[in-house]
Amino acid sequence: MIKKNTLITYGGLALFGVFGPILFPDYTLSIAYLWMMVLMASTWDILGGQMGYNSLGNITFFGAGMYISAIVQVTMFYDGGMAEYTSAMGSIKPEFTDSEYFSGLYLGIICAGIGALLLSLIFSTFMFGLRGPYFAIGSLGLAIAAAELTITMDYVGGASGISMPLFPGEIEFRSTFFYILCFILAALAHFLLRWLYSTQFGLAINAIRDDEDKAEAMGIPTLVYKQIGWGIAAFFMGCIGAIAGNMAGFIDKEVAYPIPTFGIFMVAMVLLGGKGTLWGPVIGAIIFHVIKETTWTYLLNLQWVALGLILIINIVYFQQGLMGWLQTKYPEMFGIVVDESQKTSKSEAK
Amino acid sequence: MSDIITVDNVSKAYGGVKANVDISISVKEGSITGIIGPNGCGKTTLFNSIVGYHPIDSGSIKFDGQEISNLVVGDIARLGMLRTFQQTRIYSKMDCVDNMQISVSHRKGSRSGLFASRRGEIRERAEHLLEFVGLYSKRNLISGDLSFGQQKLLEFAMALMNQPKVLLLDEPTAGINPTLINGLIDRLHKANQELGITLCVIEHNMRVIMNLAEHIYCLSNGKMLADGKPEELQSDQRVIDAYLGGH
Repeated sequence: MIKKNTLITYGGLALFGVFGPILFPDYTLSIAYLWMMVLMASTWDILGGQMGYNSLGNITFFGAGMYISAIVQVTMFYDGGMAEYTSAMGSIKPEFTDSEYFSGLYLGIICAGIGALLLSLIFSTFMFGLRGPYFAIGSLGLAIAAAELTITMDYVGGASGISMPLFPGEIEFRSTFFYILCFILAALAHFLLRWLYSTQFGLAINAIRDDEDKAEAMGIPTLVYKQIGWGIAAFFMGCIGAIAGNMAGFIDKEVAYPIPTFGIFMVAMVLLGGKGTLWGPVIGAIIFHVIKETTWTYLLNLQWVALGLILIINIVYFQQGLMGWLQTKYPEMFGIVVDESQKTSKSEAK
Repeated sequence: MSDIITVDNVSKAYGGVKANVDISISVKEGSITGIIGPNGCGKTTLFNSIVGYHPIDSGSIKFDGQEISNLVVGDIARLGMLRTFQQTRIYSKMDCVDNMQISVSHRKGSRSGLFASRRGEIRERAEHLLEFVGLYSKRNLISGDLSFGQQKLLEFAMALMNQPKVLLLDEPTAGINPTLINGLIDRLHKANQELGITLCVIEHNMRVIMNLAEHIYCLSNGKMLADGKPEELQSDQRVIDAYLGGH
């Protein structure tokens, strides 16, 4: 049932994903960040686009995952324990063997995902009492609170952060390794969402977006759907947070809770690409990342102005994002049926 | 026939406004029951109380023998009692078939899983019901682009998709043109007889309610004014006075 165009798109992305870092080895980490942003945008869109709950706090799970994974990686094979490791402020460099490092890393990523998922379930008990702008502000508060709490906890190094265990291999291999993790995770998330949106789950969260009271009156268990949606986003944000922490090599409040950058970027990317669509966040993330990297390189000092300009163009000319704009302009390309007879009679009436 | 809804001495006040005072009604299983009354007499408040939109001040509401006055909207809907809205509510950015498919029953034991596929039986039933209300040719349109009357029909079809035991309809014919109204009366009868759904209808259009309902309750100023068969109410002087502003 997959259309030819979709197959071509997947083929192109897969080719780029595989050969990109081979052809442009200098940009391996930059492309890894691209997949990371695709994942962030796609999972933000579950709530923000498909369900109509604009969360400004998904970055909470990113940071939580990063710290959970650090704790797992350090405590699993280092006998001194977390408190000793962090209080030494990076001067302790335990010699992990390759297998210790990688098993710690994989377990850390999985624990980060599950931990973030559990956190989202806890948060959901009170956060989903909020709707509309209140949910947006509330979730932003959640992220800020998490960031502030982190620096008060000496166990995870407080304000001085944690030096992550050293990657055992060559520096080139290190980039390629984390690149592969990012690519696989983004692809996993994409295909999971693709399947989810084709099931009753996709319709249910769309129904919540269009009229939550009606959905409730029809007996849809709205809270369960909201929890699942946020839980999936949290799981992937936790996993990618764990990977990002290891890519950075050092984590602290600023790395783990980049609220004004990634926290806002993921929303901007979705708005740019078109919210509530499967491909909008992907396209938005790619365009956003390319422009961001280019301006960071060639328009230094003006990069924020350039990003602001994109947002303004986005808001003035593409309120529905690129995908939304395309859907209104060429609805037949997306299988959307417009009643032509009604359309003409309306314009005649004018 | 046993009573499926029993409302017993229910009162509800909004601040100083007594919207419902000691209202008692009973709806027989498999019947069509009407509720009439002048604007602002408390009909919709009564509906809201029954489906759990707000807590009631006193009294008891039983559905199928179970006390439901302490349950919330979603729980009551999942027991099998649904309502439609006076201001039509549909999922306006989704197409009609999607609107129908997500309206499947979420009662325990029904086969609609959280992640069920949207093909097959669900889709067939959705299209069948859209045909039943006369919207089959519009099935792939975004529902928010439909006319008001068509949206009303869609909302009715969505309620049927849910296969409820009881359906509370708040002014199903308001805003629908007179020729379409006859079709709607037919469909309400069919839903009642063929699908076995108990109906409880608020209606202002006297011709509709007199043709439809077997038993009618008339409210006025938040109190129960009269009840009886349609022909009894039509000749009841109190009802006529209430409608002509005699209260």
